[in-house]
Amino acid sequence: MCERCAVEKDIYLPRLATLEKKRLMNPTEMYLRLAIDDGEPFDYIPGQFVEVSIAGIGEAPITISSSPTQKGYFELVVRRIGNVTNAIHRLRDGDKIGIRGPYGKGTYPAEQAKGRNIVFVCGGIGLVPQRSFINYILDNRADYGELTVLLGTKCMSQRFFNSELDAWSGREDMHFMETIDQADDCWLGNVGVVTTLIPKIETELTSALVFVCGPPVMYKFVLLALDEANVPRENIFLNLERKMKCGVGKCGHCQINNLYACIDGPVFRYSDLGVAPEAI
Amino acid sequence: MTGAKMTIKKINKDTFKRFVDTLVKEHKVFGPCAKGDRFEFEQLDSADQLRLDYDVTLRPPNRTYFLPPVETILTYEVGGEYKSVFDDTEFILMGIHPYDMAALNQMDRLFSQDNSDTHYMRRRQNATIVACDVVTPSRDVFAASMGTATVKTGFDALLTDIGDSYLMESGSEKGDKLLAKAKDAVDATARDLEQRKKIWVENEKRLNKHKLNCDYSYLPTLLERAYNHPVWEEKARTCFSCGSCNQVCPTCYCFNMQDDVNWGFISGKRTRCWDGCLLDGFTKVAGEHEFRKKREDRFRHRIYRKGKYVPEKIGSQIPACVGCGRCVHACLPDIANPINVYNRLIEDLGIK
Repeated sequence: MCERCAVEKDIYLPRLATLEKKRLMNPTEMYLRLAIDDGEPFDYIPGQFVEVSIAGIGEAPITISSSPTQKGYFELVVRRIGNVTNAIHRLRDGDKIGIRGPYGKGTYPAEQAKGRNIVFVCGGIGLVPQRSFINYILDNRADYGELTVLLGTKCMSQRFFNSELDAWSGREDMHFMETIDQADDCWLGNVGVVTTLIPKIETELTSALVFVCGPPVMYKFVLLALDEANVPRENIFLNLERKMKCGVGKCGHCQINNLYACIDGPVFRYSDLGVAPEAI
Repeated sequence: MTGAKMTIKKINKDTFKRFVDTLVKEHKVFGPCAKGDRFEFEQLDSADQLRLDYDVTLRPPNRTYFLPPVETILTYEVGGEYKSVFDDTEFILMGIHPYDMAALNQMDRLFSQDNSDTHYMRRRQNATIVACDVVTPSRDVFAASMGTATVKTGFDALLTDIGDSYLMESGSEKGDKLLAKAKDAVDATARDLEQRKKIWVENEKRLNKHKLNCDYSYLPTLLERAYNHPVWEEKARTCFSCGSCNQVCPTCYCFNMQDDVNWGFISGKRTRCWDGCLLDGFTKVAGEHEFRKKREDRFRHRIYRKGKYVPEKIGSQIPACVGCGRCVHACLPDIANPINVYNRLIEDLGIK
């Protein structure tokens, strides 16, 4: 980029996007299908996030949940928990919202993972960012080895993507395992936290790539279980969440020791986090 | 430094005053002025206000003028387009001390690397920076320990008080233009330059009220060995989490972004304002999870950013603590002084 263009470009300026479709998936999670208005390409890699901007309220970093193999629109899933996310829930079909990004150089290693066996460990809403790469793999199924997806959900009412999960459990070319921590009588599947599924994985774990995403408290326990299963740290990737304001490596909020979740992540190789004790 | 002729002129103080008075008429000029018994950068109406003999200003000018405490980044209509807002005012920043100049040089790198920050860069391009060697050392300055008692790059012009006159060195084309306006200035002689050198050597000794017991280049290595040292908890025990050390620091540049809506609820603006990593809540996400909840974690983070993370990020030889001493003065429980922390670590861990 020439010096002049760099001066003209504003890294904080959102592009407008139209909300094409929204659907409440459970009491707190809203599915949103968005399309960028300006017609310029919107290319992203699984694992990248966008800053969603609601004029008058602010911005929130949200990882894209759809796979880039789906063209023409992208999907977000937003939990109603803060000012911006509550405002997102109040949007109506056809509304305009601001989008900056996609951001993040630490993404899912789509190329490097080719031919490898892959395991996803998802805790609740941690399924949302992982879904981008899961669907990317399913759309390029022949390029990858065995695919295992583990999902742990707190309670029945928080379960989401129900029809997609049903489709996954019916597929011959992937293993999908699910557990509910506080299950009721209607639930006939596994009960407990997501770590209880790790010993049930049929894939050879020591050579597989393992992707972990969930609430902050989950990582420590999943990493202990993966350590017990002798998964080398180089093969583990963590998708980390932090407070973010700028999304472009300036504002300092998302720093994990010397690393920035926004530009160095949000997906980190576990062996690279040895220098960052604040990560876990 | 491109295209600079590297001219060094001598202007006697009366002529300099007239020179500044001319500048003030034609340009927006900011310089150090007395504020009570302390000093602060203000817009000058006349040269009489300019106090180049100041010790240290309350706020760091490199932040105040390039990353203001509050600035409008963009405006919007609710449900409509966003429009960038840029500040394109040309101005002269007169009398910035070497340690603040060093901090500005670091900020230039931080805001231009990775994703160039247009709001910062445009302000920077519109500014002419006149640095000024320290005349009166402040109570807590330790710039010499951090390699910033003098500065050799970044400025458009550098002033040195040599008694009855100022020496004025140009460091850029903008500096050449500025020097050309000083009509009665004469070329500096070899003797003048010798005198300036003596002042520089002298300042290396005078600007060291808190002495670092190792070379500053050792700090990243020292900190690599100190992550779990008890000093973080000991110092942070009396920390108020007030963020004063962040607010006065010339190398702190963390910011927050917030939206303000006008009374009609139709249009509004997004502003950026100073933030501080010592403040409780700096890392708190929606859902109440806070990543650096403990005071000692936040205290350690600040020291690590200054001594290790930021210098490594921009490949800087000097630390991201430039030794201005403002935090030492601002900290009520008197725990902020980085030299005390570093020296304590050296005492306990030695230099390996």
